[in-house]
Amino acid sequence: MMQFKTILNNPAEWMLSAGPLGEIVISSRIRLARNLSGYSFPGWATEDDRMLVLDEVKPTVDTLSEMRGAFSSDLRNLSTIRKQVLVERHLISREQAAKGNGSAVVMNRKQTLCIMINEEDHLRMQSIKPGLNLKSAFNMIDKVDTKLEEHIDYAFDNHHGYLTACPTNLGTGMRASAMLHLPALVLSEQINQVIQAVNKIGLAVRGLYGEGTEALGNLFQVSNQHTLGEKEIEIVARLEKVIRQIIEHEKNARAALFEDRRAMLDDKVGRAYAILRHGHIISTKEALELLSMLRAGVDLGYFTNEVRGIIDVLFMEIQPAHLQMRADSKLGVEERDILRAEIMRDELKILPEPGKLPEQYPETKGNQDVDE
Amino acid sequence: MICDVCKDKHATVYLTQIVDGQMQKVNLCDACAKEKGVTDPTGFALADLLLGLGSDEKVNLPGDELTCETCGFTQSGFKKNGRLGCSECYQVFGGGLDSLVKAMHKGTLHVGKVPTRYKVTKQFTDQITELKQRLKIAITDENFEEAAKLRDEIKSAEDEFVCAKEH
Repeated sequence: MMQFKTILNNPAEWMLSAGPLGEIVISSRIRLARNLSGYSFPGWATEDDRMLVLDEVKPTVDTLSEMRGAFSSDLRNLSTIRKQVLVERHLISREQAAKGNGSAVVMNRKQTLCIMINEEDHLRMQSIKPGLNLKSAFNMIDKVDTKLEEHIDYAFDNHHGYLTACPTNLGTGMRASAMLHLPALVLSEQINQVIQAVNKIGLAVRGLYGEGTEALGNLFQVSNQHTLGEKEIEIVARLEKVIRQIIEHEKNARAALFEDRRAMLDDKVGRAYAILRHGHIISTKEALELLSMLRAGVDLGYFTNEVRGIIDVLFMEIQPAHLQMRADSKLGVEERDILRAEIMRDELKILPEPGKLPEQYPETKGNQDVDE
Repeated sequence: MICDVCKDKHATVYLTQIVDGQMQKVNLCDACAKEKGVTDPTGFALADLLLGLGSDEKVNLPGDELTCETCGFTQSGFKKNGRLGCSECYQVFGGGLDSLVKAMHKGTLHVGKVPTRYKVTKQFTDQITELKQRLKIAITDENFEEAAKLRDEIKSAEDEFVCAKEH
């Protein structure tokens, strides 16, 4: 059984390696909602009922070959900070983090696969892959679902498909999403148009931590809203098509800024660099914004491509629970802001000054698209 | 038991329906059931029938509310937090949910993955639905030869389905 500390010390696969179109797409994720027939949904079930479901489901999940050497824990055995770390890594939901008795989480070592038991539904399973990789993420979670289905009697009917606690998840029970970094669309004030256009065609755009959260660090989650009346692969294909269009818009916006707003870019990247290298008190919000500018700086050629990896890990490491985990104690807001600035100064000290925007628009490296 | 309509013949059809949170019961003889169209459940509303009968057999349900017998979840519970109590709730509250589901999703019929243990059922129900549609068309076209053939096919598909379910 994997120790919690091991998770913390190992960044997730999607944080480390740049996947297809990794310059703009941070990660791709597929989540399936499933319930057992014959039990009330977790939100309505008694604690005893939830324990019964947990006892029935968890051994099956634990024995999946995909979960060999996995981290597996009842939520009541996890401290608030540890749960928060999992939320910050997008491994469990905020809703799941608020739960205790009768809920559990199981995740593999690479943190590419995570199964929540007794969240809003009896089972919420998700796969995360770096870059734009929705199909491969879907295949991975679909395989796990098929294995579980041999042992678990899912609540299903031919009309509504998989039955879920909330009717918004009916049918496939699938939410496919990708995390996009869109600094140029934000800087050129085109982002609202893009969000509105995407909303019109039945897809949702949300902030960093899902529903109702702010789009910190120019990070946006795009996901399907409809789960019923369409096949899984059709939903994935439609989402991917739209994401590719957003990527094109972001690329065009970057090219336009590169041509027309050179001084502004020099200034933004230079200021981000200066504060991150020399600041001593930095809030999460400010840090995410500055790191986002630095990441844009890599894409535009101010820094080498390897720097992107350092920034992506920092995006995670500087968040409140990660900091407290590292410090091994509960920290107040100011203590966190000081520690955050210290970590960033330290990690980025190898970074040379950005200088001015290169004359040539940079070729994208290590960033090839894959044809699946 | 005597028929509620003609108050003469022996009742053979017993109906219970819940309308606006009130349970209503009617007992009918064969002839009256036919006359009122009770044999065709889609075209029949108990409330209409009751209008001419009086409602001495009305039974008030607790809280006058639709409740899932399996888990005890109520319609107002759903209105409050937008979630249902258990998978059976979809049967209980199904009617009221349909318009909601329609507004939320691309369609109202699941076309995605089907768990292996439901595959047999889905195959048969899809097949029977299709045959019934063809039967309807055949009847409209007055193609009675075809209709008879389809009727036999539906019968045998349904028998097969019952057998498959028992195994």
